[in-house]
Amino acid sequence: MSGEHEGEHHPSPEPYAALRTRALESLLVEKGLIASDVIDEIVRTFEQDIGPLNGAKVVARAWVDPEYHRRLLEHGTEAIADMGYQGAQGADIVVLENTPTVHNVVVCTLCSCYPWPVLGLPPAWYKSEAYRSRTVIEPRAVLREFGLELDESVEVRVWDSSADVRYMVLPERPTGTESLSEAELVELVTRDSMIGVAKAGSPAVVA
Amino acid sequence: MSSTDSAADQRIAYMDGDSALPRLNGELVFEAPWEGRAFGLAVALTDQGACEWEDFRAGLIAEIADAPSAPSDQADVPSAYYERWLAALARLAVSEGLVSQDELDLRTGEYASGEREDDHW
Repeated sequence: MSGEHEGEHHPSPEPYAALRTRALESLLVEKGLIASDVIDEIVRTFEQDIGPLNGAKVVARAWVDPEYHRRLLEHGTEAIADMGYQGAQGADIVVLENTPTVHNVVVCTLCSCYPWPVLGLPPAWYKSEAYRSRTVIEPRAVLREFGLELDESVEVRVWDSSADVRYMVLPERPTGTESLSEAELVELVTRDSMIGVAKAGSPAVVA
Repeated sequence: MSSTDSAADQRIAYMDGDSALPRLNGELVFEAPWEGRAFGLAVALTDQGACEWEDFRAGLIAEIADAPSAPSDQADVPSAYYERWLAALARLAVSEGLVSQDELDLRTGEYASGEREDDHW
């Protein structure tokens, strides 16, 4: 084993991908193509500010405001931007309404397109090969694995996200929530209910 | 189909207050710092017009499709996704002439050997 002295290099213990990322970032910064603090800001924003809470606020607004509800379904991108959420890399956000007879579920079969402005970044399972391939082929079986048992009479519609369109589900407003305020309703809207693999929580469940 | 529970996940799950890691989606947004950097690099480059998001997306789709299918017990390893993301990004940066393959390989080697260090993250 060699002794330690000034100027000696120690191999980095980081995984190759981390080293590669450092290399790419440092070169792009040197060439003036990006600034490190811009990347800091993007990462911070996605880690701390953008998450499914944005989407939950959109859903709760739609539940209490019929006019907003109508606009959200007709012009999703604009209605969502009205709440201050935008920036889906140029893609439109289309909102799909779940009803007692139609259940919508969202997938991206090719990669992992996802409505970032309202839901943040996708969960690991959304990016998995299993979810991407099976949701189209056997949606009811996939939903059952998420604990969502749908009556045979309910029509299941699977929506495959694309470069131009990213989908978000407007879940059904749970029964027994007529007296709740908009802020209280926000608490019932889970990320999974806006992807369509679950229903919005009932007040008793979300204790 | 749910995310796997490891001992580390359990430890993180019980962290709260100032030590809490961001879990806005009910799970970590990024599993390792480099994943966040790779994500931010792609967003920054397209935001600033150095390359087109659609080109990046097409490259990511190709990387995911080309990746040898992993055994089922490894298919959902989150870092595998960002490894493909990084591969697509590096390929695009080279094809757009933003960096050369040689300088990228050289720089990666410098970080690997410890010749170059950077604790910015």
